[in-house]
Amino acid sequence: MAEPRVIIVGAGPAGVRAAETLVAAGLRPTVVDEGRRDGGQIYRRQPEGFARSSAELYGTEAARAEALHATFDDLRPKIDYRPGHLAWNVADGHLHVVHDGSAEALPFDAMIVAAGATDRLMPVKGWQHAGVYSLGAAQIALKSQGCAIGRRVVFLGTGPLMQLVAAQYRKAGAQVVALLDTSRLWHQIRALPKLVSRPDVLAKGVGLAASHLLAGTMVRRGVTPVEIFGDADGGVSGVGVRLVSGRDLRLACDAVALGYHLRPETQLADLAGCDFTFDAATRQFWPVIDEDGRSSVPGIYLAGDGVRIQGADGAEIAGQLAALAVLADRGRSAPTEQISRLRQQRRAMERFRAGISEAFPWPHHLAAGLAEETVVCRCEGITAGELRAVVHDKGADEMNRAKALSRVGMGRCQGRYCGHAAAEVVAAATQLSPAVVGRLRGQAPVKPLAIRTRRAAP
Amino acid sequence: MSPLQPRFVRLAETDRPTVTIAVDGASVEALEGDSLLVAVLTRAGHLRHSEFGPEARAGFCLMAACQDCWMWTHDGDRLRACDTPVRAGLSVLTQPPDMPWPNRV
Repeated sequence: MAEPRVIIVGAGPAGVRAAETLVAAGLRPTVVDEGRRDGGQIYRRQPEGFARSSAELYGTEAARAEALHATFDDLRPKIDYRPGHLAWNVADGHLHVVHDGSAEALPFDAMIVAAGATDRLMPVKGWQHAGVYSLGAAQIALKSQGCAIGRRVVFLGTGPLMQLVAAQYRKAGAQVVALLDTSRLWHQIRALPKLVSRPDVLAKGVGLAASHLLAGTMVRRGVTPVEIFGDADGGVSGVGVRLVSGRDLRLACDAVALGYHLRPETQLADLAGCDFTFDAATRQFWPVIDEDGRSSVPGIYLAGDGVRIQGADGAEIAGQLAALAVLADRGRSAPTEQISRLRQQRRAMERFRAGISEAFPWPHHLAAGLAEETVVCRCEGITAGELRAVVHDKGADEMNRAKALSRVGMGRCQGRYCGHAAAEVVAAATQLSPAVVGRLRGQAPVKPLAIRTRRAAP
Repeated sequence: MSPLQPRFVRLAETDRPTVTIAVDGASVEALEGDSLLVAVLTRAGHLRHSEFGPEARAGFCLMAACQDCWMWTHDGDRLRACDTPVRAGLSVLTQPPDMPWPNRV
């Protein structure tokens, strides 16, 4: 039998472990990654010539990051590695990629999509001002470039990343003005039975939360974001929130790191025709997978944060399982003991993931309260009022119809940063569940391509 | 904050050789290994202006997903400042050069 052509999209923890597993079975997978270096976002490698140690960059996860990087360095001659390649479509058994302005269609027998995650965002009035960044962006600025996003930084949102990045900023010498968290302490306490499935990670999280208090950093829980103040030329000048007490709090700052945990990048799975299902707990659609990462489409496998936000450790397990599923489905012998051990580890990761989403809930209730003039679509400056108008005046009670009429979700980010919130705005305006309002369909190209893009020379 | 005031603050890795790039024709000193976004925002408050609103923009996601950090070459090629490394002689614009479609990208 001819060797199967396997493509892996993504060179983060899931993609690297998947590649390692396939190489161990004698295959030579193609690894397509948009990044210039391996590691994904979580274990992003700093540019050549930077001198900080792994411990400085990755903290308690330094050993895991180093192990992943070392594995990848060993794999390099044994795989077809395509850094700097944007995977922008899946059609007729081909993955379409573009690199440096040249387009190419790569045929595959099996594909493992490990495309990672981006920040999940809820708009707040003024979030279009210069100086407002996603939490992930705040971390990348520091990790990859040694910079803070401003002199005085407010962290607004919720989730483990907010706790972590604020601590990293303080440690690096940045001024952390406050952590303004929409979640409540009881959310975290209520989630403990699930969070104890990974006691070591839970302990690190408690340690992070305590570090903010020990450092005397202002922490407010249960806040309602009201406005990010600023002006068109100068950008951000402050943040206003309503506290649990009902009192308004206004803080001066020149940067805001904003985010509500993460959302998977599912566009390629969508274009491949994978079935999606609505997850009521996190109020989002995501692809259907089995316990090894098989999607509903034969030959398409999904792994890592690109399908379920289980974090880096969960992604390493998911990448191995997806690769073993590819091998099993291609008639190779399956190491049953290893698979059953990995599945068991994965169940703990999944339980913890569910706990995190309860501990730091998506604040969907904020959508109904967004002021009419609040920008929902940052790309094209479209407001909550304009989105609600197409719902009320034109009966657009389905997300893709609302997109077509309002252009929310049609801009250059393709709905990555407004899609979930826009669905909540429509749901609130129609009194329907977001399960009924639906999701933005994935569209090719999943990121903008230049008109000058040309076909690669054969 | 004044538009001329730098937005980003360097906290580490400052001991790198310098590289000179040009932004709207003016020389900007960057450090080797900087992204274009960092090179500009350690010297200025923004990268470009929104085509759909009055406000200046300075990027948002820094992971090549949001497309908020677009800048342009003199040939009209679009660059994502967050994942474009600086190199000596790189010359960029904060708005697309005036050229007829379809050359304008």
